[in-house]
Amino acid sequence: MQIPYTTEERPDTGLTNSKLGIWVFLASEIMLFGGLFSAYVFLRLAAPEGDFAYWGSKLNVPLATLNTLVLISSSMTVIMSWASLKMKDFKKYKLYMGLTLLFSLIFLCIKYVEYTSKFDHGYFPSSSTFLAIYFTLTGLHGLHILGGIIVMTYFWLPIGNKMWHTEPEHFTDRIEIAGLYWHFVDLVWIFLFPILYLL
Amino acid sequence: MSEQDHGHIEEHIKVYLTVFGALGVLTVLTVAASYLDISTTEAIFLALAIATVKASLVAGYFMHLITERHTIIWILCLTFFFFLVCMFLPLITYTDHTSL
Repeated sequence: MQIPYTTEERPDTGLTNSKLGIWVFLASEIMLFGGLFSAYVFLRLAAPEGDFAYWGSKLNVPLATLNTLVLISSSMTVIMSWASLKMKDFKKYKLYMGLTLLFSLIFLCIKYVEYTSKFDHGYFPSSSTFLAIYFTLTGLHGLHILGGIIVMTYFWLPIGNKMWHTEPEHFTDRIEIAGLYWHFVDLVWIFLFPILYLL
Repeated sequence: MSEQDHGHIEEHIKVYLTVFGALGVLTVLTVAASYLDISTTEAIFLALAIATVKASLVAGYFMHLITERHTIIWILCLTFFFFLVCMFLPLITYTDHTSL
């Protein structure tokens, strides 16, 4: 049985089911990260003065800045992949989605370098309150990146070609939904970067 | 796809590129602002203000929220309200703890 209203809008909501579904999911994600941001504020207020700034100074700002630029670039390429499908240019879609995957893998590689550098210096989540919340927030964010990579790789593989040729509108809609998720992951990082690395 | 639709998407792409450029500049600005000789409170305010502008650009233009249906806007307003409650909870406990 086919899921209804995947490409045409439902008369009552004025939205496709997938669009409404992803936004409700993203709302739940806002609350998930909201709870952790709240924990960060709570821990920071309760920590001895200068403690968070001290441990924060152990982090690598240039690498995190580079990662921010990489993630912003991936947001740009994912929206370009959707725009390419809208213009019926499947080759460009493959190129932009491939670039998105490349950027997301670069992000994870840089995160891996950051994590291993911390572990090599003997800094673990148990070392301080700051590092505990740092690893929790960036770890959860990293898992979201990994989830996005799995979904986008699926659409980038030959099965995506088949979907495009059989149901182009449905496929374009799927890429839009995956893109919305990806922009949200970018949006979370936009806040994580200054609160963890710069303040 | 009609010529008009094609042109419409190309207009969108120009906006995306502008937003992309703005996000890059704002990222550099965030890092530069962290080196300013200001108090922690001012630094937090400044960094969060820049992050909010960046987040608004992503949500408004990349996620198309500025042209999105009211149903979604209302869902997000409700979520944002509870998000704010989450943010203020630690502050309430802090004032309680310090008997302010």
